[in-house]
Amino acid sequence: MYFCVKLQAVSIQEIQNEIVDEFSMFDDWMQRYEYMIELGKSLPLIEEQYKTDDNIIKGCQSKVWVHAKMDNNTIVYTADSDAIITKGIIAILLRVFSNQHPKDIIEANTSFIDEIGLKEHLSPTRANGLLSMLKQIKLYAIAYQTQIK
Amino acid sequence: MLNIQNIRNDFPILSRQINGNPLIYFDNAATSQTPQVVIDAIVTYYSKYNANIHRGVHTLSQEATDAYEHARQDIQTHFNAKHAHEIILTSGTTHSINIVANGFSEFLKKGDEIIVSALEHHSNIVPWQMLCQRTGAILKVIPINLNGELIVEAFNELVSEKTKLVFVNHVSNALGTINPIEHIIKKSHNVNAAVLIDGAQACPHIKPDLQALNADFYVASAHKLCGPTGVGMLYGKEKWLNKLPPYQGGGEMIADVSFEKTTYAGLPHKFEAGTPNICGGIAFGVALNYMNTIGFETIAAYENELLNYATKQLLTIEGLKIYGTSKQKTAVISFNLKEIHPYDVGSILNQLGIAVRTGHHCAQPIMDFFEIPGTVRASFSFYNTKAEIDALVKAVKKAKTMLSI
Repeated sequence: MYFCVKLQAVSIQEIQNEIVDEFSMFDDWMQRYEYMIELGKSLPLIEEQYKTDDNIIKGCQSKVWVHAKMDNNTIVYTADSDAIITKGIIAILLRVFSNQHPKDIIEANTSFIDEIGLKEHLSPTRANGLLSMLKQIKLYAIAYQTQIK
Repeated sequence: MLNIQNIRNDFPILSRQINGNPLIYFDNAATSQTPQVVIDAIVTYYSKYNANIHRGVHTLSQEATDAYEHARQDIQTHFNAKHAHEIILTSGTTHSINIVANGFSEFLKKGDEIIVSALEHHSNIVPWQMLCQRTGAILKVIPINLNGELIVEAFNELVSEKTKLVFVNHVSNALGTINPIEHIIKKSHNVNAAVLIDGAQACPHIKPDLQALNADFYVASAHKLCGPTGVGMLYGKEKWLNKLPPYQGGGEMIADVSFEKTTYAGLPHKFEAGTPNICGGIAFGVALNYMNTIGFETIAAYENELLNYATKQLLTIEGLKIYGTSKQKTAVISFNLKEIHPYDVGSILNQLGIAVRTGHHCAQPIMDFFEIPGTVRASFSFYNTKAEIDALVKAVKKAKTMLSI
């Protein structure tokens, strides 16, 4: 039993705190954006077979693809976008939500996005697909949670 | 000559800071900024004579009615319409187009043809598609060339005795191309087709003479003309407006009502059901007068200078491509950096206080034609400066460096 607990992934809240800490080290917006651009480049691409119209979240501006699968009661998300900054933010969202238990994903709040100064990218006016992606992440979690039950 | 500093002082918003930088507003094709004189007109209306119009005997109602009808006359004068009652005040261009599209349901039959251009905004595509679905009419599209210009020869071939309606924008919102509407209107009239010109993008730069132009309908929005949002106009020739059925039923638009029969009011009230945007209408008139004080020829000459300067400067950036390269265009530059998504460029520019539009500009067919997801669009107005363009060029270079790491 003890062993299981040790193996359990870091919680959503802990990862969010880590990210807030990392972003607090940046002096200005340029460093923040350069970091996101780097993240966007390093994000493992979604497998080509999942880059389908079924998995697309159409924003007015950039496209986002999201795919989810269950692995040992946790959800593994993969995603991609045609815009690099969007991709960087996706990388952050996946770091928080991927490999987590559906129940924890459903209950998680997303206030850390405000704290790291990326709120504007998730406002409804930006229409870059990110807000819909966040909704989609939660919807997958609800769907898988029902399966577990 | 424009005294730019004086003009900039008329616009309080231009002194704002965005992300620690002075605001540089290059999204004028989406909406223009509002001069103090228009803001004052709005404040005065609500603080001095706010009342419902056309039916009150009290002083406030009479003052509001006078101001509203005075605005209609100012709009008539500006556009040189024959009659004030040919100016219908609407909620904007989209509303105006829908009044006409809805009305034509009664005149079209299966197999009739209507023509639109490939340069249209979605608002000048979707209402006509809906009209075709209702009536069985067929939608034909005037194609464009690689400069983003309508192919006139193709239009000439599309027009036939079957053509009942032609809809074209005066200026393309996504590319800034000025379309040859004089030719289109003449050619369409030769086969007795009616013509609607969407002037939303043209009116901030060009003062159309509607009697000389001879279009059957011309539509525009106040918020692109230094006026408030939520108000615009539908110009229609008197004979067409008399023929078209009303779009909405309600108060203001009736002559007599009983449960057996209702007769409609005359023009323009037939199309202005319910309480209109009274304050917006009044402010629309004030905005047009403000722009006329500066003078549309002066505005066009100065904006053209900005356009040429910006085009030249932006093209010094390697890998930058401009979409819409017609010689006839307004002060709009749609561009992309090679292999960089427009959203990314727009996000960086915003950090530097520069407001541009990114995306498909509600004109997806144009983006599909050029096989791009969208563009970055910088659109200039008479209150912009060359120094701001220099800042834009510098910022685009910075975006390029950051995004090409």
